Amino acid sequence: MNTSVRNSARLLWSALRALLVLTVVLGVVYPLAVWGVAQTAFRGQADGSEVRVGGKVVGSALIGQNFTTGKDFAPDPKWFQPRPSAADAGAGAGPYDPTHTGASNLAVTGRPLTDLVKERKKEVAAFNHVPESEVPADAVQASGSGLDPDISPAYADIQTARVAKANGLSTAQVARLVVEHTEGRQFGILGEPTVNVLELNIALRQLAG
Amino acid sequence: MGPVTADVLQVTALVVALALVYRPFGDYMAAVYTSDRHLRVERLVYRCLGADPDARMRWPAYLRAVLAFSLVGVLFLYLFLRVQNHLPLSLGFAAIPPGQAFNTAASFVTNTNWQSYMGENAMGHGAQTAGLAVQNFVSAAVGMAVAMALVRGFVRSRTGELGNFWADMVRGTIRILLPVAFVAAIVLVGFGAIQNFAGWHEITTLAGGHQTLTGGAVASQEAIKELGTNGGGFYNANSAHPFENPDAFTNLFEIFLILVIPFSLTRTFGKMAGNIRQGYAILAAMGLIWIGFVTLMTWVETAHPGAANQIAGAALEGKEQRFGVGASSLFAVSTTLTSTGAVDSFHSSFTGLGGGIALLGMMLGEIAPGGVGSGLYGILIMAVIAVFIAGLMVGRTPEYLGKKIGTREIKLAALYILVTPAVVLVFTALAMALPTPPHSMLNSGPHGFSEVLYAYTSAGNNNGSAFAGLNADTQWYNTTLGLAMLLGRFVPMVFVLALAGSLARQRPVPATTGTLRTEKPLFAGLLVGAILIITALTYFPALALGPLAEGLS
Repeated sequence: MNTSVRNSARLLWSALRALLVLTVVLGVVYPLAVWGVAQTAFRGQADGSEVRVGGKVVGSALIGQNFTTGKDFAPDPKWFQPRPSAADAGAGAGPYDPTHTGASNLAVTGRPLTDLVKERKKEVAAFNHVPESEVPADAVQASGSGLDPDISPAYADIQTARVAKANGLSTAQVARLVVEHTEGRQFGILGEPTVNVLELNIALRQLAG
Repeated sequence: MGPVTADVLQVTALVVALALVYRPFGDYMAAVYTSDRHLRVERLVYRCLGADPDARMRWPAYLRAVLAFSLVGVLFLYLFLRVQNHLPLSLGFAAIPPGQAFNTAASFVTNTNWQSYMGENAMGHGAQTAGLAVQNFVSAAVGMAVAMALVRGFVRSRTGELGNFWADMVRGTIRILLPVAFVAAIVLVGFGAIQNFAGWHEITTLAGGHQTLTGGAVASQEAIKELGTNGGGFYNANSAHPFENPDAFTNLFEIFLILVIPFSLTRTFGKMAGNIRQGYAILAAMGLIWIGFVTLMTWVETAHPGAANQIAGAALEGKEQRFGVGASSLFAVSTTLTSTGAVDSFHSSFTGLGGGIALLGMMLGEIAPGGVGSGLYGILIMAVIAVFIAGLMVGRTPEYLGKKIGTREIKLAALYILVTPAVVLVFTALAMALPTPPHSMLNSGPHGFSEVLYAYTSAGNNNGSAFAGLNADTQWYNTTLGLAMLLGRFVPMVFVLALAGSLARQRPVPATTGTLRTEKPLFAGLLVGAILIITALTYFPALALGPLAEGLS
């Protein structure tokens, strides 16, 4: 009995020492090594692909943000609008909150989401003065992260006339911006075509002056 | 190019990449586990822990080392999380409460990575890198070690010795996981994953609002999270978060990382067994199930049934625009057919049948191709069952790789396949029968039941993905899911190692004309059939109440 207790204790002590030495290698040296290479070779990416306008950071090219007015986060007609977002802690920071990421997790067969989608479809159609049949799915369904930086080219297209009017630009000018900021599938086959909302809106502001 | 063509080409690109590395990587892993040389850094580790890496272990000793290392891992991680507020780089986050700390420690040590916490507002940099990410490596290495012990059980004769756990675990970590993870992390950063130690910082957005951006050593954790089929996200949004998974290429790359070790281990198996074609038969069974599931999932998600999808015109709820339906379906299948559980899209908002496919993938026991190591030993157990069934049909004593599958062997294999379903179904039934646990459901009706069934299926099979509407941060779920993960990981390991010990003691029986040719396509087909039938018989009633009721209504 005594020897078996002693053997078990010795085994656990070995296991603890193994874990400690591996914690140093895998938990300290490894992330620091990756950090060192990343900060040397890919500084911009490693720090979050921050985008600057006039020297000031206005966000990350990878993280969607709100283009809204007021405390109730009403969409601002001057800007291209992103997808609905479930990243909202309900604590006043609104949607697109990187400290509270995630999806709605609602069932697509259930009433709550069905009603929500119906309502959004009506709102998006009215906001952009287009028929409901032209509203694409990404405009009425929330993303997985709640931080989706992209919309589909179709969603950008239905926003073009409204954005042009609100900024005193011609629809053709804004439509050209959308085309310039439309990315096809990566390497031709991966994922889906996208329009990065922040980058499009930055170009829009430059154009509108 | 249409979306269907693009989806097909995307899957083809992935298969080609996996095929290219299959041989060299599988052979490399075989060399790692059969070499008798120790690297200098490995000797240093062995000296630190005071164990002889050349000591040969029989199965009870091997098992004791696995359990001791895992027990210490759970206790250490539990304490680490309990005191994280005193650790460097805690970002001001509080200590993790006891119930959640137990759940999280059990989760990461069992390679499950179920998360009842929200990474970005609970875990500091210290807890993420030096606590959670360490277990991402070593829990994966433990799985591979146990798989190698079982392979040695088939290969060795009249011994009983299965190798040395410390050597297997350290080699798997240092020679396989660490170098690949390092390169992968750098690739991920190159495409936009972040790697910094910044805290929360507020910026003024383009429209003049405010947004709080977060920092972290994300790329280094993301790489091993996928490679080790762990799946615990740095962020709550997991691989849907653009800092974890910035674009469609990184998405495919992460799927590649998830699949590369489990698939390539079949080559390692064939190589060590001295017959590469035995490995190909196992690979064929795994690959057939995987491609079948990918096809079904992509088809049903593209068809987008469900009231909300029908109004919207597609199934994009919970999916990112840069991935779309095709890449999200591919990820969802790959993560649930392995023990990963990382998600680039949220399974709870998949179509009713799509969510059912994700559930079924886990219920197969995660063997197509399965978790690192656990996939190989899981499917080898099923192979034992399959030869047994075949043996019954022709009235011969079944053999696999020259070893007799006798009473003891078949008992151990049967016990193995009973453990996880028992854990899953008993806990699900309890959660549904008790008054409080159902309050955690977000959705009502069959989908609410699916949330609970999914949670225990995920925990019992060490997956970690969720129908995440379920509020799992309660005392009941933290405790029972923690127990389900521990039972679902370590009880099957006991049977695997006991089986390995029993096989290694036997003397090989020479192959005769009556021997079932387990390297032939016929056997691969029999194996797939056995897997599907056993799973269907076990889980059909539960599936009928949840996803089938939802998907067919």
